[in-house]
Amino acid sequence: MAFKSSGINPQKFHVSQLKFYLFLVPFAIFMALPIIFIFNHAFKPLDELYAFPPRFFVSNPTLENFQNLSQLAEQSGIPLSRYVFNSLFVTVIVVFLSLALSTLAGYALSKKQFRGKKMLLEVNNTALMFVPIAVMIPRFLTVTTIGIEDTYFAHVLPLVAMPVGLFLIKQFIDQIPDSLIEAAVIDGATDFKIYWRVILPLIKPAIATAAILAFQLVWNDMETSNLYTTSENMRTLAFFMNTLAAQTNVVVGQGMAAVASMIMFVPNLILFVFLQSKVMNTMAHSGLK
Amino acid sequence: MKGNKKSPYLFLAPYLTLFTLFIVVPVVMAIFLSFTNFNTIETPNFVGFMNYINLLTQDEIFMQYVLPNTILFAVIVGPGGYILSFLLAWVLAQLPKLPRTVFALIFYSPSMTAGIAMAVVWRVIFSGNQSGYANHILMTLGVINEPIIWLQDTRYILVIMIVVALWSSMGVGFLAMMSGVLNIDQTLYEAGAIDGIKNRFQELIYITIPSMKPQMLFGAVMAIVGTFNAGAIGVQLTGANPTPSYAGQLMVNHIEDYGFIRFEMGYAAALSVVLLLIIYLFATISKKLFSEA
Repeated sequence: MAFKSSGINPQKFHVSQLKFYLFLVPFAIFMALPIIFIFNHAFKPLDELYAFPPRFFVSNPTLENFQNLSQLAEQSGIPLSRYVFNSLFVTVIVVFLSLALSTLAGYALSKKQFRGKKMLLEVNNTALMFVPIAVMIPRFLTVTTIGIEDTYFAHVLPLVAMPVGLFLIKQFIDQIPDSLIEAAVIDGATDFKIYWRVILPLIKPAIATAAILAFQLVWNDMETSNLYTTSENMRTLAFFMNTLAAQTNVVVGQGMAAVASMIMFVPNLILFVFLQSKVMNTMAHSGLK
Repeated sequence: MKGNKKSPYLFLAPYLTLFTLFIVVPVVMAIFLSFTNFNTIETPNFVGFMNYINLLTQDEIFMQYVLPNTILFAVIVGPGGYILSFLLAWVLAQLPKLPRTVFALIFYSPSMTAGIAMAVVWRVIFSGNQSGYANHILMTLGVINEPIIWLQDTRYILVIMIVVALWSSMGVGFLAMMSGVLNIDQTLYEAGAIDGIKNRFQELIYITIPSMKPQMLFGAVMAIVGTFNAGAIGVQLTGANPTPSYAGQLMVNHIEDYGFIRFEMGYAAALSVVLLLIIYLFATISKKLFSEA
């Protein structure tokens, strides 16, 4: 007798799925533990941080750690809000620019015929494997050579060109039928109008996905603060949070560190939860040939 | 299509400018500097293959610690994380939408923490006294009798780095592969069943994987990048570069050590080139495995 149905993407629960849950649930718990831990640790009062034996869950939640964190920043002369501002400012600009540039380039690479197109696609696909920290020194030299060290440009410009973002957007544009564009051309639309009125509205899922990826990259990035800035008030939240790791006062530091990790993680999470269906839609076209 | 002949280049120009400046130029510069002796103050002078020869013959730390660590780390975290991502993606595709989305969120979450902010938390979990979480659990279970100083003990640093990196390896590639499994044409499975596919394993080998090779390759490339990007984790966990007795030293840390601590930029550049070649090699192997020719 022939093997019956794969059951890929089933509509509802079936007993045969039970074995998958048996495997997934313990694994998911293990994966989620460190994250649940941060959320609990961040709200623990001092005596619970000290507690022996150590306890996982918080019993008397408090905001002490949040206050300590902002006081610590205050003491170093730079208010926490400055780091937050820097991070938000840089992140918004990079995400916006990265999307603008990737969609423009993606449109040309997908729908236009021109010399060098094949090579450019090849180069961008190779650049998918680009690991910035591998060439941190030449990147540092580039930044100093063009003289943008210690400015917001140093935070923004090195991160804007994102090969993965361009790749996903280009793949997504590939499946927009050419006939739509031809119709627009007959109606007399200029290239830019086609990009603005036809392409952009149709690739919203890909834009959302590229936005998430760009956000994660910039929000978590320390390279720019670490290497391209010298004054403390130009640094970002990610950098400040990381310097907390070097804090010697282990017990008090722990609570603050957990708060810091939470602050870094939550925006990523919220963004992903809201946009996850769009991400999955885009990923369907992520194939690399 | 009619229209301005120059316009594709106009659309591409902004992206290409920044792409060239911060991706192409640094790579080219790394290659150039790797043939020089450069201390950031004097102009670089050409030394031929000297840096590479030194790397192979003089750098005992590289040969004894950094290279074996990097290979071990990359081989376990790269293919390991990749296989794990694929398995989870495949299993999740067998579930209805709601539980699938919830599980996917849980598995994807660690990759959003990007290791960096999390290093702090790992230090708490693996703290060296008996009130550290890992120590306490293991001691309660009777696995160990006295606390282990996890992050300073040369036997455990690399293991912890690998666990942490695997924990956060379900990233974009994982999502891409899940979506790949979900988008396979259902009729292929029906046809397969008629052609004598007997179980899920055969289905996986003969239908699922061959039908989603492009996603498999994308996932592989993302796994490689993720693995080497995670390379700095050792320094963050132990709080020192070099890591204690070089036990958690990977190529990325070695580059930083030579570049920004000793200011031997030429030598650091040679290390960068070697690292890029290793990444390229891994990617080429993946392409051989999954290309649709």
